[in-house]
Amino acid sequence: MSSATTVTRPPATGAATAKARRRLSPARVALYVFVTLTALAWLFPVVWALLNSFRDYNYVSAHGYVSFGGFTLQNYVHAWQQGDFTRHFLNSLIITVPAVLLTLFLASCVAFVVARYSFRFNLVLLGLFTAANLLPQQALLIPLFRAYRSIPLPLWMSDSGQLLDSYWGLILVNVAFQTGFCAFVLSNYMKALPHEMYEAARVDGAGVGTQFFRITLPLCRPALAALATLQVTWIYNEFFWATVLMQSGSKFPITSSLNNLRGQFFTDYNLLSAGSILVAIPVLVVFFLLQKQFVAGLTLGSTKG
Amino acid sequence: MSDLPTVPAAPAEAAMPRRAGGRVRVTGTDRIFLTLMVAVPTIMVVCWVWLPAIASVVLSFARWSGVGGLDTIQWIGTENYKNVFTNYPPFAPALRHNLVWLVFLFVLPTLFGMLLAVLLDRELRGTRFYQTAMFLPVVLSLALIGFIWQLIYSRDQGLLNAVLHTQIDWYGDSRWNLWAVLVAAGWKHAGYIMLLYLAGLKGVDPSLREAAAVDGASPAKTFFSVVFPVMRPINIIIIVVTVIESLRAFDIVWVINKGTNGLELISTLVTSNVVGEASRIGFGSALATIMLLISLVFITIFLSTVMRGERR
Repeated sequence: MSSATTVTRPPATGAATAKARRRLSPARVALYVFVTLTALAWLFPVVWALLNSFRDYNYVSAHGYVSFGGFTLQNYVHAWQQGDFTRHFLNSLIITVPAVLLTLFLASCVAFVVARYSFRFNLVLLGLFTAANLLPQQALLIPLFRAYRSIPLPLWMSDSGQLLDSYWGLILVNVAFQTGFCAFVLSNYMKALPHEMYEAARVDGAGVGTQFFRITLPLCRPALAALATLQVTWIYNEFFWATVLMQSGSKFPITSSLNNLRGQFFTDYNLLSAGSILVAIPVLVVFFLLQKQFVAGLTLGSTKG
Repeated sequence: MSDLPTVPAAPAEAAMPRRAGGRVRVTGTDRIFLTLMVAVPTIMVVCWVWLPAIASVVLSFARWSGVGGLDTIQWIGTENYKNVFTNYPPFAPALRHNLVWLVFLFVLPTLFGMLLAVLLDRELRGTRFYQTAMFLPVVLSLALIGFIWQLIYSRDQGLLNAVLHTQIDWYGDSRWNLWAVLVAAGWKHAGYIMLLYLAGLKGVDPSLREAAAVDGASPAKTFFSVVFPVMRPINIIIIVVTVIESLRAFDIVWVINKGTNGLELISTLVTSNVVGEASRIGFGSALATIMLLISLVFITIFLSTVMRGERR
């Protein structure tokens, strides 16, 4: 743009805002109505579940659910007990925490090398990792399932005596699938880090280890925080691998334990609501408290490129 | 969302100093350290992802119960594929359902998500509330979404039947259940696309729009002839995400009825052929290979787009 326009006019975005504030044209009213209705419609299913989770089944059966009253906390108590939620939440924790930490560590390693050193196969390497992240899991199920069954683990590691039906197996499969995405995002982030800092460190005689742990990782904290939030959500929500690679019901993390709860919960509307809300609580925490991080993690991988 | 230095807009990115070919001499322990840093994750990804992918292709030419050792494998050529196409009734519906899934996701939630992103990108008051509302289902797992929508779809107690005065079992009736599931899945997908697209729109250089405004272009014209072409990489990513999501669709269907009775998908057929009582490894692998081939086409498109951005 020519400099003349910029000098004579105020910045266009500011002008647009001011104009929008002044007049509310019918089109603009329609726009507000449309987005408001959409937002309410989008919130509705969860609000509906929340509302019904506090209501008594018998009261609702008698009065219909377009009634008011019959509020109770009993649904939560029953859902927790019948779903054995203590066990399953614990399983989710046992799987999610190590998987996320390991994923971020391994991804940082790959990203560091890819971003800092021009090895010949950087792009190939990144392609290998990223493509792995996009393959449909079911396409890899058969050999992996068979291999898991024949790889023995000592009993102190897994009471099944094999990789199948063990926490180790599930953690590793999650790490293998998530590392690619994180490595991709982190390598882009690391490439944008100021180059001079490494020069200075090298002059001071800092080795690769120091550069990685003392300079790169601390500088990547925002990206790591965003990715950690995203990965906690994704691995907590992971359903497929846990469903097929876990055999004993007591080892299912919470999301895949839904498989076994269907029979009990689908008959009692209010129990189903309470159970669903309970399962949603960890990700709702992410939603309310870490939304910024989550969105940053998600868009980090897509806006670049 | 904007205060993190994490959503670099493309122009800012280009301005950053890049170390294109600056080679650094590495020696001794550093070399070992660097090798390990690449080797360990690479070996993991190869062992957990690429070897199984290759093994799926190899096993698709075999007949194997999976019980004995590798020497009990019989090689039978392309017979599994012949069986998939000619002698396996659920395959055609599954393929059709995957295709319906893709078309539906694309025509409704994807375009709707994009539209909302464009609308919310304007200076709206309370835009944060609208974004947040759309974002809510994105954090939920599809398995849980299947549960939550049962409250609406249930035959006896569901909201939908009460409103419509019908007696339809939305998840159970094979005339309706695919559509019911798609609405629930689309609820999440639209939010996801909205987020991705909105982030992309925020990265568009504002001076482009200003220039168009100065030239007297309407907002619609500005979007279609200025913004949309600049968004090409994001557009491709969104198409790929939609395709991969529809190919991978599994959780919501499995949690409802394990992919039967109108909800067959290729992913559920593969799974049923392995974890069920009758494990048909060769046959399941043929299905898996078909999935793999379809996905590889789109992954290649995706990677070439992204890599082109990398080299820039």
